Amino acid sequence: MKNLNKNKYQALIGGHAAAEAMRQINPEVVAAYPITPQTPIIEKFAEFAADKKVDTEFICAESEHSALSATVGASAAGVRAMTATSSQGLALMNEILSVASGLRLPIVMPMVNRALSAPINIHCDHSDSMSARDLGWIQIFCETAQEVYEYTFFALKLAEKVLLPAMVMQDGFSTSHNVEPVKIYPDKIIKKFIGQYKPKYSLLDIKKPITVGPLVLPDYYFEIKYQEIEAMEEARKVYLETGKELKKITGNNYPYFEKYKLDDAEAAIVVSSSSAGTAKAVIDKLRKEGKKVGLLKPILFRPFPQKEIRESLKNLKIIAVLDRSVSFGGEAPLFSEIKNSLYPLDKKPLLQSYVFGLGGRDLFEQEVEEVFEELLKNKTGQVKYIGLRK
Amino acid sequence: MDIKTLAQKIDSDKKLVSGHRTCAGCAIPIIVRTILSATDNFLVAANSTGCMEVTTTIYPYTSWNIPWIHNAFENVAATLSGIEGAFKALRKKGKIDKEIKFVAFGGDGGLYDIGLQSLSGALERGHNCLYVCYNNEAYQNTGGQRSSGTSKGSITTTTPKGKKEARKDLMRIVLAHHIDYAAQAAVHNILDLYQKAEKAFNAKGPSFLNVLSPCTLNWGFMPNSTIKISKLAADTCFWPLYEVEKGKYKLNYNPFKKLPLEEFFKLQKRFSYLLKPENKNFLNEIQNEVDDNWEELLKKSG
Ligand SMILES: Cc1ncc(C[n+]2csc(CCOP(=O)(O)OP(=O)(O)O)c2C)c(N)n1
Repeated sequence: MKNLNKNKYQALIGGHAAAEAMRQINPEVVAAYPITPQTPIIEKFAEFAADKKVDTEFICAESEHSALSATVGASAAGVRAMTATSSQGLALMNEILSVASGLRLPIVMPMVNRALSAPINIHCDHSDSMSARDLGWIQIFCETAQEVYEYTFFALKLAEKVLLPAMVMQDGFSTSHNVEPVKIYPDKIIKKFIGQYKPKYSLLDIKKPITVGPLVLPDYYFEIKYQEIEAMEEARKVYLETGKELKKITGNNYPYFEKYKLDDAEAAIVVSSSSAGTAKAVIDKLRKEGKKVGLLKPILFRPFPQKEIRESLKNLKIIAVLDRSVSFGGEAPLFSEIKNSLYPLDKKPLLQSYVFGLGGRDLFEQEVEEVFEELLKNKTGQVKYIGLRK
Repeated sequence: MDIKTLAQKIDSDKKLVSGHRTCAGCAIPIIVRTILSATDNFLVAANSTGCMEVTTTIYPYTSWNIPWIHNAFENVAATLSGIEGAFKALRKKGKIDKEIKFVAFGGDGGLYDIGLQSLSGALERGHNCLYVCYNNEAYQNTGGQRSSGTSKGSITTTTPKGKKEARKDLMRIVLAHHIDYAAQAAVHNILDLYQKAEKAFNAKGPSFLNVLSPCTLNWGFMPNSTIKISKLAADTCFWPLYEVEKGKYKLNYNPFKKLPLEEFFKLQKRFSYLLKPENKNFLNEIQNEVDDNWEELLKKSG
């Protein structure tokens, strides 16, 4: 057993949990631009930088586009470089997201999920990170501030091994601005876990000049992109290895997804991030009533663990996938992934798509309970919108 | 330094080498190599998307013997500020002891237009970088569309009847950031360009060079006339050579005999229509503006 007393608990909001992980990472460069609800991360980090608790060059960029561009420059210069954002900020970065992954730069970006405009709204949904799902970034969705803290340095180690950037998501306000007890591991231990950064190439290695970001025509572009595809595949393996290593420090597991009372369940909900907490409370209640219900909480969204999810869901009778974003004119992103995962099965569980919580609309336990009640009737139909006034 | 010594110096400078694919008669390599040779320090260069980037790096080849990065079109200044930040952090930690200089190259599209915000942000933050606009007065890489640096009257593929608006005065915008050194130069006078680059590299904080880079293809002149065209731009006061050091203006070239714009315009397809009698008024309007700007500059530089 671990001696828990050695580890400090701090009362932290999710935003500060991300900042605390960044402090321990101590990146050489952080370039950022403020946007609600990401602001607690960069304000806290600015304090760390001003108080010399980190050695970071903190660049207050004049936009998110420039923030990520500077982060790309710094990362190509062979140092650890980070940024953080939300919503419109991620949308403004969009062009450079695929540059970061295409240049194979292991940038880690805490992301606080917030709805996309219009209408403008500062509250949580996942439309921002879902719009970036195909751009070559590893995507990790966190439920709690503790997860945010741990997955931030976890993602750094993973990113540096496979040379892909990673974004670590937390829900706007419900996680980013809520206080939770967060177990903080000693700086020395985290430093040892992430290790020294030894980039293969660096723009500041003046004796070995490199050309970064050249024009690549049809004769080579495809091969270079294929390497990126392979790196993302490799990330599946490295994710689990990284988890094993981190478990030695924290005692926690780092699976692709969390299974909550799922193994003997007949009906299950699939939902990620903070809403999984709500689902767990409902499951506990229904279990007491003898109902065989459970939860699958996706954590790793890119790369998507299709095979393992299929294995975990194959014996269920019926599944509801709760998406906190939509794909206009198509199936909601998480639902579509789950449906694809089940395709190879001969006997497929029934599937029901729900969309909830757009623009920060609350998800109540009562509503989750109703989802389970519907599921237990073993009937599915068109996509349903939870809590929508019609 | 005399011109011969300078020519030898540039010739022996191998930071950007031959084999690149700029058009015959393109001014870009001359400008870039002159600037790169103006410091003996290690150099890291960044480039915005455009002619210079695409012609010097077609994978798997590169003409660059110094560290070089291209990120995107509008963010060369931000990209370089991250590299300079990395350098500062590593130097603080004692992991780098050498001096390194940082230079960004962007076209007029990359700096006057889409990248103006990125440039402004970087200038305001005060990174120790030199920002160079190789100014060919349009988006030449994509076929010669107008930019806000395109001068009035110029025919481009998006102003087929000639641009109606005056070009933006980027020098003034840059100077509004209180930087120590900014200068306007042109490819025909490499001694002047070299000296300005030297000053720019040695300036404290950010510095800026706006260098006229005639484009044989889209300005429409013979590849062997690049230098002549550039000289005419200075001799007509269409493109004055001047510098501003700590707020003090200095004119670097005052033509012995100021030539009328016709002399410059008649050699270029983009302007030659202005010499037709029916365009006399428009030509006069442009001439008056050039004259006014010149008078203002003379006043400013005392
Ligand atoms: C965001 C974005 N918009 C448009 C383009 C297309 N584009 C590439 S280069 C270029 C023009 C570059 O013009 P300039 O900066 O003047 O450089 P030049 O081509 O003249 O060297 C344009 C419009 C792009 N690459 N990225």
